[in-house]
Amino acid sequence: MASPIPEGIYIVGVGMTPVGEHWETSLRHLALEAIQTARAEAGGLRPQLLYVANMLAPALSGQSHLGTLVADFAGLRGAEAMTVEAAGASGGAALRQAYLALRSGEAETALVVGVEKVTDKGSSEVESALATAKDADYEAVHGLTDTAQAALWMRRYLHEHGAPADALAGFSLTAHRNAVTNPHAMYRRAIELEDYRKAGMVSEPLNLYDAAPLADGAAAVLLVRGDRLPPGLPHPPTRIAGSAMSTAALALHDQVDPLWMPAAAESAGRALQQAGLQPEDVQLFELHDRFSVHAALSLEAAGFAARGRGWELAHNGTIALQGRLPVTTFGGSKARGDAGGATGLYQVAEAVVQLQGRAGENQVPGARVALVQCLGGAGGTAATHLLVQELEAA
Amino acid sequence: METSRHWRLRQQRYALVGEVCPSCEQRIFPPRDLCPDCGEEARELYQFSGRGEVYSFTTVYQAPAGFEQEAPYPMAMVRLEEGPLVTAQLTDLGDRAVQIGMPVEMVTRKLRADGERGMLVYGYKFRPLLNGKS
Amino acid sequence: MAQEAAPGAAGRAPGMKPLRDVGLAGYGAYIPRYRLPASEVARLWTGGTGPLPVKEKAVAGLDEDVITMSIEAARNALARAEIDPARIRAVWVGSESHPYAVKPTSTVVAEAIGATPHTQAADWEFACKAGTEALQAAIGFVGSGMAEFALSIGMDTAQGRPGDALEYTAGAGGAAFIVGPAEDSLCRIEMSYSYATDTPDFWRRADAKYPEHGERFTGEPAYFKHIQAAGETLMQSMGTQASDYRYAVFHQPNIKFPQRAAKALGFRPEQIEAGMLVSQIGNTYAGSALVGLTAILDEAQPGDRILLVSYGSGAGSDAFSLVAGEALPLRRQRATATLSYIQRRTEIDYATYARLRGKLQLH
Repeated sequence: MASPIPEGIYIVGVGMTPVGEHWETSLRHLALEAIQTARAEAGGLRPQLLYVANMLAPALSGQSHLGTLVADFAGLRGAEAMTVEAAGASGGAALRQAYLALRSGEAETALVVGVEKVTDKGSSEVESALATAKDADYEAVHGLTDTAQAALWMRRYLHEHGAPADALAGFSLTAHRNAVTNPHAMYRRAIELEDYRKAGMVSEPLNLYDAAPLADGAAAVLLVRGDRLPPGLPHPPTRIAGSAMSTAALALHDQVDPLWMPAAAESAGRALQQAGLQPEDVQLFELHDRFSVHAALSLEAAGFAARGRGWELAHNGTIALQGRLPVTTFGGSKARGDAGGATGLYQVAEAVVQLQGRAGENQVPGARVALVQCLGGAGGTAATHLLVQELEAA
Repeated sequence: METSRHWRLRQQRYALVGEVCPSCEQRIFPPRDLCPDCGEEARELYQFSGRGEVYSFTTVYQAPAGFEQEAPYPMAMVRLEEGPLVTAQLTDLGDRAVQIGMPVEMVTRKLRADGERGMLVYGYKFRPLLNGKS
Repeated sequence: MAQEAAPGAAGRAPGMKPLRDVGLAGYGAYIPRYRLPASEVARLWTGGTGPLPVKEKAVAGLDEDVITMSIEAARNALARAEIDPARIRAVWVGSESHPYAVKPTSTVVAEAIGATPHTQAADWEFACKAGTEALQAAIGFVGSGMAEFALSIGMDTAQGRPGDALEYTAGAGGAAFIVGPAEDSLCRIEMSYSYATDTPDFWRRADAKYPEHGERFTGEPAYFKHIQAAGETLMQSMGTQASDYRYAVFHQPNIKFPQRAAKALGFRPEQIEAGMLVSQIGNTYAGSALVGLTAILDEAQPGDRILLVSYGSGAGSDAFSLVAGEALPLRRQRATATLSYIQRRTEIDYATYARLRGKLQLH
């Protein structure tokens, strides 16, 4: 059995709430639930550092200063705490900060929790809160929404690559199929290609199945430095072998080539390089699928498909659970549900569950290497992590 | 009320005034003072012609706060003939179907009212070319 | 018709000419694309019966108002004038539907066309005469030598009370004119005249949404008296008569009024045809006679003489005698013809019209 690498950074506990409309549960209660689960997996370990990933709380809950709010509410007063915001990449960005802090040697333990509460305000207010992640002066002022931006992106993608109208259907079909066996998923009904083809338009050409549902949720990940791993952990810890972030233009119209995500490509490349691995070594990819066009572009940016052919992986079974490169193994944003700034940590938690062999009916057999990536805006921010399972159960 | 924020941008908004980079001659919109291409300082104002073509388009049905009363409205990314891509609403379509590549021209329209009592915000939208200059 | 004695009657003509000759350096119209047929108004309010005063009227879109429309008309005028907008030293917009009660339309227009900051800017109002009075003032501004060029606009998005007679005709549109030196102009302004009295034929109180009108009082003592007086006095001062003019254009609240006014001044139907747009776009209030003038300038040949007499309730008329210049046929091609705006049409029903005009209660 491999020994932990002393300067390695390990995930020793994860916790997730189901994603959904949690009328009864507030922002701080959601965070607490995920934190308690993660800490319990590590014998109640108390972290020195706390990073809270969130993008909408000031606008939708009238609450900022979340680092201290969560530390206080979760019995962690005294921890070094702060909020990390990078739009939809908040979760991955928060993990990156925790990773950097532990790698610096200044601390030994860190808890990263993503939490989002979107159901306390009406839809038009949620749309304008989401729009703050765009260029306020040159995109949001014209009434652009996340959905409309994804629709513009999708239409151009299909046009430039000569792809059929249902090219992106496979992402939704795969996600829904995987969620059937995930008891915590928001939508657990499988859909067929006909459902996609007949689906109502949300913002043409983007239909109902091209867009993930945004709802409430929290996910937490507990990190410990390799030379400080507590004994007797119930699940062998997972190592973060690669961690990288990058930025591109903020506005979609400012990207040098709107159909190429340089931040996603760069951060994925660096994460793989740090781990000494190639794309073909990756056994599952928790990619950003808030909209189906993101998923196609993410596959292309990470090097799994040529430009304009990411959608084909969704059509030919490559990304299915039994395929060569499973994605959204628990349903992804599309079917498990999208919890805004917390989504990046749902991705990490689910990847850990896979690598530790705990995925039950959703298990990717023999998975040892997982790539996890979340995006902010139209690829303006990308946070990518490469997780490897070297330690086995004793 | 966001008076000064909108006021600062009036030249860009009303008339599509951007910048031209003195080093690499890139036409820049919106103006950003540092050329996104070569990284040099670029503060020389440049008046765009307003002509361009549709790069992509869609319709917004679920509007953000402040835009509900205009919904549904058409949105597009437009490739200006000088090079930059901009995001804006389309207007004056009539019964015309929009297509990628359709030539369009800039018009100055009311973007929104800042609430019932706030200022009126004007800015650029794009419409299909008017036929027949006399 | 009885008339007050013209001032300075002993030897001095009341017609007005500045010290320097002026003309129109540029002109441009704007008419929005939506059309509400008068039959739609009748369908709602009279069960489809009764005579229709116009065929249809132009309606502004949700994102349009006097500011946006004035900007486009001004850009058309600039294109025909072929001058640097910084040479414009006055931007004047006349309307009875300025978007703000307090905050000028003119400064937004001036900013948008690049005429700021070395410019006079002001908003004018006088019912349907708000545009021509700005034109009158521009003649003085330029003719005195104070300014090389001045921009005057008459533009409206007029409102009629639902079910009222004015709802059939209250339309949206207008035109912009750049006044400059007579040399090199598209059209020389020979002489002008203004006639005003306190005549309460039509008004709107400060907090009222819709105007009131004096029904038949708006005819004889108001519209006809002022147009007749202004037209007659100007032609007397000029020493001209109707047959000396190729074109005439009057304020057009409906089809019948300008036809009758023209006849009373001695004009034949052919002379007013080119400028008569009311049946297709409705009464564009401060834009009415001015848009008619742009349609005339779109076809006039060098040497053609034109008479324009506006009318604004309250009441007054501005009258102008103009002559088309050599530069007109070439430079008018630099911008959209008024006929193109008229032909650009999307028909709407009353429900859409109510939404566009803000007649639905949304709060």
